[in-house]
Amino acid sequence: MCLGIPVQIKELMDDNLGRAALGDVEYTCDLSLIEDPKVGEYVILHAGYAIERLDEEEALETLAMFAEIEAAAAAEGE
Amino acid sequence: MDSDEVIKMGHGAGGRLMRRLIVDVFAGAFDTPELAVLDDSALVSAEGERIAFTTDSYVVRPLFFPGGDIGKLAVCGTVNDLAVTGARPVYLTCSFIIEEGFPVADLKRVVASMVAAADEAGISVVAGDTKVVERGAADGLFVTASGVGVFPDGREPARRPVKPGDAILLNGPPAVHGIAVVLAREEFNLTAAVESDCAPLNGLIEDVLEAAPGIAFMRDATRGGVAAVLNEIAASEGVAINIDEASVPRDDTVENVCELLGYDSFYIANEGKAVVACPADEAAGAVEAMRRHKYGKDAAVIGRVEEGKPRVVMETAVGGARILDMPLAEQLPRIC
Amino acid sequence: MKYLDEYRDGAKVRALARAVSDAVDPGRGYAFMEVCGTHTMNIARYGIKRMLPDNVRLVSGPGCPVCVTPQEYVDRAVALARLDDVTIATFGDMMRVPGTGASLTDAKAEGADVRVVYSPNDAVDYADGERERRVVFLGVGFETTAPTVGRALTRADERGLGNFYVLSAHKLIPPAMAVLCESEDLALDGFICPAHVSAIIGSGAYEGLVERYGTACAVTGFEPLDILRGIQLLVEQVNEGTARVDNEYSRVVKPEGNPRAQAVMEDVFEPADTEWRGLGTLSASGLRLKERFTGYDAFVIECEVEETRVDGRCICGRVLAGAAEPHDCPLFRVECDPEHPVGACMVSSEGTCAAYYKYEQ
Repeated sequence: MCLGIPVQIKELMDDNLGRAALGDVEYTCDLSLIEDPKVGEYVILHAGYAIERLDEEEALETLAMFAEIEAAAAAEGE
Repeated sequence: MDSDEVIKMGHGAGGRLMRRLIVDVFAGAFDTPELAVLDDSALVSAEGERIAFTTDSYVVRPLFFPGGDIGKLAVCGTVNDLAVTGARPVYLTCSFIIEEGFPVADLKRVVASMVAAADEAGISVVAGDTKVVERGAADGLFVTASGVGVFPDGREPARRPVKPGDAILLNGPPAVHGIAVVLAREEFNLTAAVESDCAPLNGLIEDVLEAAPGIAFMRDATRGGVAAVLNEIAASEGVAINIDEASVPRDDTVENVCELLGYDSFYIANEGKAVVACPADEAAGAVEAMRRHKYGKDAAVIGRVEEGKPRVVMETAVGGARILDMPLAEQLPRIC
Repeated sequence: MKYLDEYRDGAKVRALARAVSDAVDPGRGYAFMEVCGTHTMNIARYGIKRMLPDNVRLVSGPGCPVCVTPQEYVDRAVALARLDDVTIATFGDMMRVPGTGASLTDAKAEGADVRVVYSPNDAVDYADGERERRVVFLGVGFETTAPTVGRALTRADERGLGNFYVLSAHKLIPPAMAVLCESEDLALDGFICPAHVSAIIGSGAYEGLVERYGTACAVTGFEPLDILRGIQLLVEQVNEGTARVDNEYSRVVKPEGNPRAQAVMEDVFEPADTEWRGLGTLSASGLRLKERFTGYDAFVIECEVEETRVDGRCICGRVLAGAAEPHDCPLFRVECDPEHPVGACMVSSEGTCAAYYKYEQ
């Protein structure tokens, strides 16, 4: 019960709403569940609500780890 | 009430439910060899001349959407059903069932759209019919079109056995029409610029036939998506089809909408896409011909036919494999 | 950056799949259960199983709301749909779940006003625009979804919408996981813990399970790199002979979760003993509306609910618990298939039985 997609907040609106984007697709989402949301932040969109923010630093660290695994595998393959 | 006794939306979705309805209620009763084949057009002969003959009805909400309208759909859909058998479409008839209260200005818009599409396809609309029903009895406007095509210079229909080794081609990204319509309905607060891919493909198909005379099979993908067509081919030809997900052309905006709503783009409607099976040595030429045409700019070889159980397997972009089976009914947005 | 595609990179996935296979001890079996329908979906969608050695068994647990919603709930939703002034608003997932006599799709075909929405807010907006209709939103889902429904309800309350209702079937994941750990039928080495449920409740929510049952846990994202990495972490835990809560999905999940979302849940709902299809009634495993919100509780609406008759031959419950396979069911393929599903495992396109049906043709 968990389909949630990372979207970027483009604009904060009244009533705890916000304009968020996945590429060039925009959605007006409910930001009530996010403490102090900011434009430019990434949040996880589920059922029309941002349910949590995405930590970009952590995301990049995770990706770096996967890149390392790939590099190690490539090195082994040689 | 037995749930099989009433028609549900899924019966019109181009998947297994619809197929069962056609077989159980229609094809069996009418009982003609042409119907039994369940092809895009019936290949019949009159006075020894082979002709292709087809009919299609169009119901869409909203009637007008980015990239087209019900009229353009009617002309293009019927033209495409003829063209994919290798026929050259020549004549169309159309009937209109109009709801009381429908604005004449909108009717004129629809007709103008049909004129433009007919001109592009090079076909003539030669007969028609009009009915008006009371307010509420139709969704604004329903259009039915029938079409006739010929086989010039004794050309054979593009219907040969599909064999292991044949290539599977697609002329562009899937799901464009279906997503354009979903967005136009404005039910989900989503904004994106997507225009339907609705187009007459007979020009592109003529080019492909010239480049690849050995074409085994062609079908335009409509409701039920590309997945439905692939499964139909696998079942009727008794072959396995292997699709390489990474080769399938993608429209990023369309894919993003699918992500958000939980849709699988292989199961969403198209109105300007043809799946083609051709001998492997003609594939490159066929793709080239498609890419030279405005409706095939992103054409690609997306898979191949193999020996094995009739089913469609997709090698995922990440190196796994999944079965792309025949859709049951319409796609619904999901949260799970 | 999309923070989506990058986690689907084919080359990285292949490298990681090899690394996981290398870490697997060929001399023993590994059994990991995912308890989130989206994990089941994506494991199938990306063909993950075929990337792993045969001695790594991935078991699908009761993580799909479609699968664990009791038949009685569907019967009640259908009964409400049949009331003239009621509009049912629901997530698409519920439309084809079979009730005793009818599904919501069947009810709609008969003329009931049933609408699919993407967000509970859409249902609230609809209620606002159609004041003469009673709009009942089907609150299905776990801790990911409950806060969104809770907030939609408080929005309806703020707008004074007396015609908006919620029929809550929300459930909590950790109690179900505990029951599975208690079961003797099951020999699980670890859990692939849900991504977005955990975003709400926090990775810390599973510490109690680890302490009590010693099962390895890895909070795992949904993309193929995430799933493989989560499995790798579980394999490592098993090989080490330790059990802990690893957090693979650290870019979204914090140990404490999302306190704001938790607060909304606590404000609107309270825990209740709840029936899980196939698992029976589990204590404090579901959510019901607090008394303060009785005016919005659709369970209070009077309607004639068809007597629930469950096909006793259906073993969905045991399949959901990972204790049986579709082949063990007498109905599988004979009377139960995707076009005529008897139990929920066949309804959801990636439910265990539907998946087996598809892959073994």
